[in-house]
Amino acid sequence: MTVDAWIAEPVNWVFSIVAVVILFTAVRVVTSPNVVHAALYLVAALAGSAVMFLLLSAEFVALVLVLVYIGAVLVLFLFGIMITRAPTGFDEGLSNDRKLVSAAISLVLLGVLSWASLSAFGTDTVNTVGSPTATEILGDAILGRFVIPFEVVSFILLSALIGGITVARRDLTPLEEEERKAV
Amino acid sequence: MPYDVGSLMLLNQFLVLGAALFSIGVYGLLVRRNAVLVLLSVELMLNAVNINLIAFESALVTNAAVGQVFSIFVITVAAAEVGFGLAIILMIFRNRRSANVDELDLMRW
Repeated sequence: MTVDAWIAEPVNWVFSIVAVVILFTAVRVVTSPNVVHAALYLVAALAGSAVMFLLLSAEFVALVLVLVYIGAVLVLFLFGIMITRAPTGFDEGLSNDRKLVSAAISLVLLGVLSWASLSAFGTDTVNTVGSPTATEILGDAILGRFVIPFEVVSFILLSALIGGITVARRDLTPLEEEERKAV
Repeated sequence: MPYDVGSLMLLNQFLVLGAALFSIGVYGLLVRRNAVLVLLSVELMLNAVNINLIAFESALVTNAAVGQVFSIFVITVAAAEVGFGLAIILMIFRNRRSANVDELDLMRW
């Protein structure tokens, strides 16, 4: 496929715009000097990824991403930020001073990963674009072939729930227990 | 009939986007001091993996939707990880009045 044919396709314009938005917001997530802003930039990056899933005709996963991540996980993150009273104003102490080494490592990683996928898949194309995956197929897969992993994942969620409550619960000190008994 | 644009999107454009997102996540993981922000970077990396899974699912057409099922599992495990991770961070903050990962060197040799 030539570059002209690639650019002529409206789907690729959408891809390019959304990819730029995702990359910009992702960079802001890791560089923003404000914790709350970083969490809100992550919302934008995840919303962009949901658009990518829609482009790849995976509607159910896109909606799950919006519901679970943007709806629940980000609220949990903001909650954690507020509770740990991390500085909500601008603060240079959020990052350490090894930025150059870290940037070099991640650039090398990007180079290796890109080289690997570019050399392995060349001009392969994605095929299901424009033909939505029936949620029926997904449901059959989850509750048929993948029913055991599905139950395991449910159990992981349950244990994380119980574990989270147990770890985060504040035990009363002996003095407080005495006071409670007295009342 | 669905609008057929199948042959006009490269698999590699999604894979390179995923690689870039993953690298940004690695950078955040290495550079951030605040534990909540480290978790945010991990979320970025998991999301990059999800994009890869869905792209491969779309490129190797199967009728089983395996890539989508796996990305749903990744999302679920990420939700569990965030819940438990934040509980741990909360506990550390209560004990040490700080959520900076480089100050947690109690078990460092």
